[in-house]
Amino acid sequence: MNQNQNKLKASVTLLRIFIGWHFLFEGVVKMYNPEWTSFGYLATAQGPFEWFFTMLIGDATIGWVDTLNIIALMVVGATFTLGIFERIGAIVGVGLLALYFLAHPPFPGLAQMNVEGNYWLVNKNLIELVAMIVIYQLPTGSYFGLDYLRKNKLKTQEQ
Amino acid sequence: MKWTRRDLLIGLGGLPVLGAVWWAGAATAVGSRNKRSEILEQLNIKPSLPPAVPGIGGDPVRIGVIGFGIRGEQLTRALGFATDEWKEEMRLAAQEDPNNKRLEDFEAQERLNVKLVGICDVFDVRAEKFINSFTTDDNQIKRYLTYKDMIQSGEVDAVVIATPDHWHAPMSIEALNNNVHVYVEKPMTHTVEETYTLREAAENSDAVFAVGHQHRQTLSFSTARDIVEKGTLGHVSLIQTNTNRNDDNGAWNYDIHEKASPETIDWEQFLGSAPQVPFNKNHFFRWRKWWSYGSGLSGDLLSHDYDRLNCVLNMGIPASVSSSGGIYTHNDGRNVPDVIQVNMEFPDYSTGSSQAKGKENGMTFCYSATLGNGFSRPTILMGHDATMELGNRLTVWPDGASTRYAEMLEAEKMKPNVPIYQYDPAANATDAVSSATSQYFADKGLMWTYIDGVRVDSTFLHMREWLSVIKNGGKVSCGIKEGFEEAISAHMAGLSWKLGRKIEWDPATQALKPIEGIDFDQVLLANENWNIQPEMVG
Repeated sequence: MNQNQNKLKASVTLLRIFIGWHFLFEGVVKMYNPEWTSFGYLATAQGPFEWFFTMLIGDATIGWVDTLNIIALMVVGATFTLGIFERIGAIVGVGLLALYFLAHPPFPGLAQMNVEGNYWLVNKNLIELVAMIVIYQLPTGSYFGLDYLRKNKLKTQEQ
Repeated sequence: MKWTRRDLLIGLGGLPVLGAVWWAGAATAVGSRNKRSEILEQLNIKPSLPPAVPGIGGDPVRIGVIGFGIRGEQLTRALGFATDEWKEEMRLAAQEDPNNKRLEDFEAQERLNVKLVGICDVFDVRAEKFINSFTTDDNQIKRYLTYKDMIQSGEVDAVVIATPDHWHAPMSIEALNNNVHVYVEKPMTHTVEETYTLREAAENSDAVFAVGHQHRQTLSFSTARDIVEKGTLGHVSLIQTNTNRNDDNGAWNYDIHEKASPETIDWEQFLGSAPQVPFNKNHFFRWRKWWSYGSGLSGDLLSHDYDRLNCVLNMGIPASVSSSGGIYTHNDGRNVPDVIQVNMEFPDYSTGSSQAKGKENGMTFCYSATLGNGFSRPTILMGHDATMELGNRLTVWPDGASTRYAEMLEAEKMKPNVPIYQYDPAANATDAVSSATSQYFADKGLMWTYIDGVRVDSTFLHMREWLSVIKNGGKVSCGIKEGFEEAISAHMAGLSWKLGRKIEWDPATQALKPIEGIDFDQVLLANENWNIQPEMVG
């Protein structure tokens, strides 16, 4: 049983680090590219929440939207790769992915442009979102990550 | 508290991952930015900024509209006035399709300092619609029964002319002679002779004369001019530009109004100098289909494409023009062709050369049009060093055999299939998490000129420029020189199609090279094919 637990923890840790890797890379690339903006992604939004996304592209809002997107990506990236406060990271990530998913949902009847596969209702954004839920349910930072040191410290203090 | 090595390994194991990813991300972004800026530095292209136009101050410009048909309504909207019918139609359209932002855009449009004071339209329904839509308590709009009444009334400062082509010049000349400012639709004239008379009138008048080639306001075209002037494309030997339409509206089969009758339409005035035929609703609403009133593809649509390029290249009137085509898709009684190919030769024109002096010179402008197919063919400028697609967006690809970019191509800093420059009114970069940002690049109608974040109609900008020049002086971007070049070139294309032969321009005499036994204007006005009308030989 204990061995199985360890296998599960190792797998989820790997999942956590790779998702963190993905988000961190996106965040860093955007941060170092001053020309990057989410304008196009939002302006071409489709589906039931199109009104919401097109509302964000105004002059006053787009800068905030871009900055918050980068910050959110980096928060997920840092907490997941470092293995600390990952539950907060998971909540941020679920929110971010939900927005990505709803901006261009793979619903029948909507044109799927420039996607690398074929999707019906479920796409990779949604799958990554569910993976975030798994990470929320099974925090592994204390198994591998900064949380391990934090928890250990607490333990030492208790002793 | 003591941490063993094992503790640190477990606790800080994520740190190298974070560092590596950070480094890789930064290197990727900065690397591609450097590569791009190296190319851009070499190209040194300056994207155009929105035109700064001095304000239209003082008393409002008093405007009279002549012709309130499809285009007349559009021009009036550009001036800031939409009919209630249109607003309602757009409101419903927006309800049905939230992407339809035409009403929203119209309402966001900057207000111009103008006052609509008069309407002249030979169709009662349209004149009444104008008056009912725009009359207010403190501004009673007046209907003038003839354009002369309006121009000579002393109550209008400026006229907007959106009539059939055969009325463009007579009305413009009358206005200019009375120092009334003119905004006239294209083509500027209907015959060769008128083109000279109108030029003279414009040169002798104190009024401001503008031709309705609103494309001149599109920022991508001024950026394109910079691209060409910097020698980015090298010597451009061929320009390909096209019209592809495949619908009734595109083939000029407009709706015929139910209230149209000899009682509601002043038919005699509509005809003017045109052949005196009995009342005909088809002719009235679909006048673009007959040479008597319109100019077919050559005057209607080629004129736009020609002027778009003339505004980028300033190539002037072609040395010669050859056209061919026929009535192949809409054999419905029209006599203007619905398929046409026009080749304009510019043997002495060059956009500059990166090769040995004298090797490259001369250019062909090739316009190809059909009203029987809607496949979108882009406008392409083909140079020795690069190819440019010209539209609301600009894309420049290096040519594999370019002289100018040989080194960069060799070093693989450039690749023939990868654009070296892209201009987009609101450009973006790729976004992999979302995997769909490149949707932006899909042609979804997002390619408008943005000014301070507001999408702006180029016709509005064109009219604003005209009004500003009226108030502040200066030069309009499409005035009599540009209009003259556009009209002569379009007439050459029409003449060539009608005569089935090459039409040549003599720059020394500033006239078409005469062809013995042929009166060009009779040919242009002739309603049937020229060769079956021998009695018209001058």
